Amino acid sequence: MKKLLALGLSLSLVLSLAGCAGGNADAGNEANTENVVNTETVVSTEEAADTEVVADDVAVMTYAEYAAAELDSKVVVETYVQAKQSWWEDKATVYTQDENGAYFLYDMACSAEDYEKLTQGTKIRVTGYKAEWAGEVEIIDATFEILEGNYVASATDVTELLGTDELINLQNRYVAFNGLTVEASKDADGNDVAFLYNWDGSGEDGNDLYFNASINGQTYTFTVESYLCDNTTEVYNTVKNLQIGDVIDMEGFLYWYEGVNPHITTVTVK
Amino acid sequence: MRKMGKYLLLLALVFLTGCHGSKEREAFEVPESFDTTKEYEITFWAKNDTNKTQTGIYEQAIADFETLYPNIKVNLRLYTDYGRIYNDVITNISTDTTPNVCITYPDHIATYLTGTNSVVALDELFVNEKYGLGGSEVRFDSPVKEEIVPEFLKECMIGEHYYAIPYMRSTEACYINKTYVEALGYTLPEVLTWDFVWEVAEAATKKDAEGNYLLNGQKVMIPFIYKSTDNMMIQMLKQSGGGYSEDSGEIQIFNDVTKQMLYTVAEHAKTGAFSTFKISSYPANFLNAGQCIFAIDSTAGATWMGSHAPLSDISEDKFVEFETAVMPIPQFDTENPKMISQGPSVCVFNKADSQEVLASWLFAQYLLTNEVQIAYARTEGYVPVTEKAQDSVEYKDYLSRIGEDNALYYDVKIKASKLVLDNVEDTFVTPVFNGSASLRNAAGQMIENTTKSVKRKEEINDAYFTDLFAEMNSLYRLDQIENQGESKALGKLPTESVVLLTILAGVWILMGIYVIYGVIKKILIYFEIEV
Repeated sequence: MKKLLALGLSLSLVLSLAGCAGGNADAGNEANTENVVNTETVVSTEEAADTEVVADDVAVMTYAEYAAAELDSKVVVETYVQAKQSWWEDKATVYTQDENGAYFLYDMACSAEDYEKLTQGTKIRVTGYKAEWAGEVEIIDATFEILEGNYVASATDVTELLGTDELINLQNRYVAFNGLTVEASKDADGNDVAFLYNWDGSGEDGNDLYFNASINGQTYTFTVESYLCDNTTEVYNTVKNLQIGDVIDMEGFLYWYEGVNPHITTVTVK
Repeated sequence: MRKMGKYLLLLALVFLTGCHGSKEREAFEVPESFDTTKEYEITFWAKNDTNKTQTGIYEQAIADFETLYPNIKVNLRLYTDYGRIYNDVITNISTDTTPNVCITYPDHIATYLTGTNSVVALDELFVNEKYGLGGSEVRFDSPVKEEIVPEFLKECMIGEHYYAIPYMRSTEACYINKTYVEALGYTLPEVLTWDFVWEVAEAATKKDAEGNYLLNGQKVMIPFIYKSTDNMMIQMLKQSGGGYSEDSGEIQIFNDVTKQMLYTVAEHAKTGAFSTFKISSYPANFLNAGQCIFAIDSTAGATWMGSHAPLSDISEDKFVEFETAVMPIPQFDTENPKMISQGPSVCVFNKADSQEVLASWLFAQYLLTNEVQIAYARTEGYVPVTEKAQDSVEYKDYLSRIGEDNALYYDVKIKASKLVLDNVEDTFVTPVFNGSASLRNAAGQMIENTTKSVKRKEEINDAYFTDLFAEMNSLYRLDQIENQGESKALGKLPTESVVLLTILAGVWILMGIYVIYGVIKKILIYFEIEV
């Protein structure tokens, strides 16, 4: 009888484990499926070192190849983080640039832990889709991996390109505007002010700042994007203290929204 | 410029955590009288449409209210999207630092209610003789309950109670470049249909040898752009009888009608006849530049629409001259039109001091006065939520002066308001439950994903939609919403489980037999009985 019982218990134990294993096997399959999906778009650093073909037969592109790629096509680029705009629920929006051009990464899949690793200059390989939103060319639905390497772009002076058709060729780059004069904006009461909270003055401290500045008789609008530079940053507070007529130098990223809409990160009053 | 989307996923997820950590609070009871000897400082979280006139109206309302009630100070905090308000309220419920009065949507209140007594049920306040709607002690000309448009008030009822008062109401409108429609050889029908919109949109996709669209001579033309794809799916399903959800929270959206709608979307996305705000940009920008024929957006966005729109994100040189028609959204059944009712409501949060809550209620109620209602409704294609305001001489005069200028009396805006007023009985709202906000997001995301996939030349077939449904179910945790309600049938056990349980039962039976055998054996030995 004891033997029979021992046999029964052993059998139940074995089958229980098998049952559990079976359950895990299913879960494992799911996990594997996810991994399979991931490997279509991301490969490990070691693998990447051996081959340039990294995702669905899409090779790592040069900036020129990226620029020539059709909208909605899959793109793979290696680029360097220049600034981080925001992170929210595992999605990061990042300005990146290499020696030849810039890439705006919108809502790229990114854990909070990885977001901390994306310091200025960090090299990353990005796989995503080229898209355009309101004139802004960007990479969306992207994944990335961190690579060895570092590059921090210096600001390209584009002051003379303001108002020209060539400016768009430098879209998303880190750029400089020098010697502009702060012009008046109209606040909610029709008064002349040096800046507005939101584009029409409907906002409050903490919202985006909009201000006008001119050169060569033409006035342009600049933005301090509050996710990129919030109201604790030096640039935000510098702009809040601007006076109409101030002559300023600026640096920032050449963002686009229905036309050029630079996201300013540094303002120096001369 | 593109910040609202960042909160959508969070909205999808927070409902599951609900308001854990929030302190339980006693239900609010209306005080016998309002103590005017004490100072009360309350906060009002408001949403504006990035519109400085609206901001000014809030500020004026606060100033006027504070003059009437010098012992109440109202602090205004401005938001430009509902998602951010929702997120911040959820965060503040857990720390017991909610605002006193808050602009919100009933979908969101359903989540707030997971915190015990966090939102004040307004039923008793409505009818309170002294401080209720039109109450004897109220220091302003407040509407009585019956003067609130019944359809709008009903939207604020969650379960058995009113948890909000309506503030403004709008619906969606189709803003149409009528000039282009006629240039293509079509005439706008009396009631816009989906078939008509798709047909005209397809006709507009023809290009010349250089790649310029024949209709506008430009490189860009997206004939049909939808701003809010969640509304698009919700309304298509409502109009066609396809399932969306039940009041109980049962999710019905993953069905064949939905799939058919998505096939249609895919068909027209493939030709470039259709796109969305999230994929391309604001419909108004394309419409005003002559790059779109049918732009569907809220009536509350009317001031951005048309050749002479007072508000615009595009430069003046990009504007194209055309005649703008404002029509209800396309329909499947022209005899039985259906369109969504939307617009902000106001809720009052519970506090330890019932006097503070009463002060909050008085301010919330002040937002229903004609002064506030009419002023705010005039800023966009909104309508006042009280018949008292709608029937006022001032509001009727405003409507009658349509087209007098391109500012206050901008014709497209007033047409949009009239569209809402003329179709109140055709409006509907979706069931509200904890998680309904996530379902709404999933509804729109399916259109977004399908459109993007088509643009990326992915194959769209039944297998694609099976995967899409599963992805949405998982991403927005919709399967867990179902579990909150009635118990869910789990179906038959797998064979492996049946075998395992049978064996386990057999082993337990054998163990039982062994134990009994041992006991009997001991008894027999005790009584020295030979077996």
